[in-house]
Amino acid sequence: MSHDHDHEHGSELSDMQLRTRALQTILIEKGYVEQAAIDALIETYEKKIGPRNGAQVVAKAWSDPQFRKWLFEDGTAAVGSLGFGGRSGNHLVALENTPSVHNMVVCTLCSCYPWAVLGLPPLWYKSAPYRSRAVADPRGVLGDFGLTLPKDTEIRIWDSTAELRYMVVPMRPAGTEGWSEEKLAELVTRDSMIGTGVPKSPKEIA
Amino acid sequence: MNGAQDMGGMHGFGPVEAEPNEPVFHADWEKRAFALTLAMGMPAGWNIDQSRFARENRDPAEYLSMSYYQIWFAALETMLKERDLVSEDEIVAGHARGKPKPVTRVLSPADVLKVLHRGGPTERPTNTQAAFKPGDKVRAKNINPLTHTRLPRYVRGHVGVIDHVIGFHVFPDSNGQGAGENPQWLYNVTFSGPELWGPDGDPTTQVSVDAWEPYLDPV
Amino acid sequence: MAHDHDHDHDHSELSETQLRVRALETVLTEKGYVDPAALDLLIETYEKKVGPRNGARVVARAWAEPAYRARLLKDATPAIAELGYAGRQGEHIVALENTPKRHNMVVCTLCSCYPWPVLGLPPVWYKSAPYRSRAVSDPRGVLADFGVTLPKDTEIRVWDSTSEIRYLVVPMRPAGTEGWTEEKLAELVTRDSMIGTGLPKLPGDLK
Repeated sequence: MSHDHDHEHGSELSDMQLRTRALQTILIEKGYVEQAAIDALIETYEKKIGPRNGAQVVAKAWSDPQFRKWLFEDGTAAVGSLGFGGRSGNHLVALENTPSVHNMVVCTLCSCYPWAVLGLPPLWYKSAPYRSRAVADPRGVLGDFGLTLPKDTEIRIWDSTAELRYMVVPMRPAGTEGWSEEKLAELVTRDSMIGTGVPKSPKEIA
Repeated sequence: MNGAQDMGGMHGFGPVEAEPNEPVFHADWEKRAFALTLAMGMPAGWNIDQSRFARENRDPAEYLSMSYYQIWFAALETMLKERDLVSEDEIVAGHARGKPKPVTRVLSPADVLKVLHRGGPTERPTNTQAAFKPGDKVRAKNINPLTHTRLPRYVRGHVGVIDHVIGFHVFPDSNGQGAGENPQWLYNVTFSGPELWGPDGDPTTQVSVDAWEPYLDPV
Repeated sequence: MAHDHDHDHDHSELSETQLRVRALETVLTEKGYVDPAALDLLIETYEKKVGPRNGARVVARAWAEPAYRARLLKDATPAIAELGYAGRQGEHIVALENTPKRHNMVVCTLCSCYPWPVLGLPPVWYKSAPYRSRAVSDPRGVLADFGVTLPKDTEIRVWDSTSEIRYLVVPMRPAGTEGWTEEKLAELVTRDSMIGTGLPKLPGDLK
């Protein structure tokens, strides 16, 4: 039973609401934070920064061989050239999926995630089942996502224990020759950039 | 299993707090949960290793937030349901339904003291030789079974010394899965503080575990 | 905050447990799987009859009689059975001798294994996360929680009860007790001194 969802334990929840509201009021009254800054922070991560950023990066890597090369050599710089970077994206490393190697990213110790290209992590990424099993039973975890890889594909798990943030570059789906970057980006799912999924196929967005 | 029960070396639980003049049981339901667990072992036929696994086999968050007898009771319910002795419907209704599944033995009041006195010794006869002797250096294996084991995580991979040979005893890793007693040689193995906890470990501390032969590799 | 006491938050969870325990007992009784009289006897045995006074007598005898002490340290199970204590969770008991050089402490990190025939059922702290997690990594810190400080050069030997072997610490006999009867000596032997988280009382403590 996960205790991370807000629909549990009514009285505990309204307690959290009251306490966060109270603390915000106090901090504003003391002049430590400004309401407008808080609102801007929320809006940024709720609406502005998200996996569409990463999808753009991947789509460009699929289309542009020079960008792809740059991305794998210096993820931070390559991604930065598209205007994405900063907090939790200062040290970005792009991981290349190939037919022989599938990459998967986790933060067993907390929830480290490449915010700059993927936004804030989903609940499952931060939860005990994923954090405990990704490093011990990645095929089992992929099974939970409905994904089965060939037995001889090597699975490489990256436990984000430092400030490096990892982003998976999935393999480009077949049947997408000549597609524009914009159209290619529609195939790139968030989970495919974490490594718990694969991109959509052209059929799926027909 | 690598569950919350395997807590040797964990941090964050705070100081040990002993309740002065603590009663044996803190509530009537604890007494009943205790007695029901002991009394049902005979009719249900589970062994102690299976009952330990039933207790530890749960979401770590649950294990850590439940009281001792809450865990016992939850495990009791699970073991009874697993063996089709009781159903959830019956517990909710508070009454038995339908014909009970037959059992071969039931603990009678007259037998209680005798059965307690007999206990459940685990030593078994053997013609085999123990692989290790006192003074031997051994390394605890890095095993990570999903099922019941009594090799704690904090010693796995570490080098210890055989303190003494205990004997030939029922092996919980098999018995706990209902795969038979499969007795093995059992040793008392000591590990130094620094070996377990690093250079800052207390060199005046030695920790021992009782480890069965399949847990150990020679060094 | 220990979550082992019934006075804590979730009252609804607790009364749910109470209801289910009662319900299960009814169901099992109706099915003929348990006899309530047997349940009552089990409870009475461990609530009133079996407890640390048993172990105290064993230790007192070991203090008073060198030959008994030798038997106890060599093979504790039959030596303890001489006093009539035996059985469940004490089928294989080993007595651990405390000396000025070595202090023994017993824990079960994985659950709550404890020598029932000589000590009764374990206290809540013994079964709780703080003790189970720290006894093996910081025994001196744990002893400090119990108000016990040992000399820096005393070796501390922690025994994690991972098998069915059950350990009983035989603490050192306090000074000033020469010629005492076993009965009087037994009054000095505390439960915690037989687990290893305490020391026996001193003659001055008995008034």
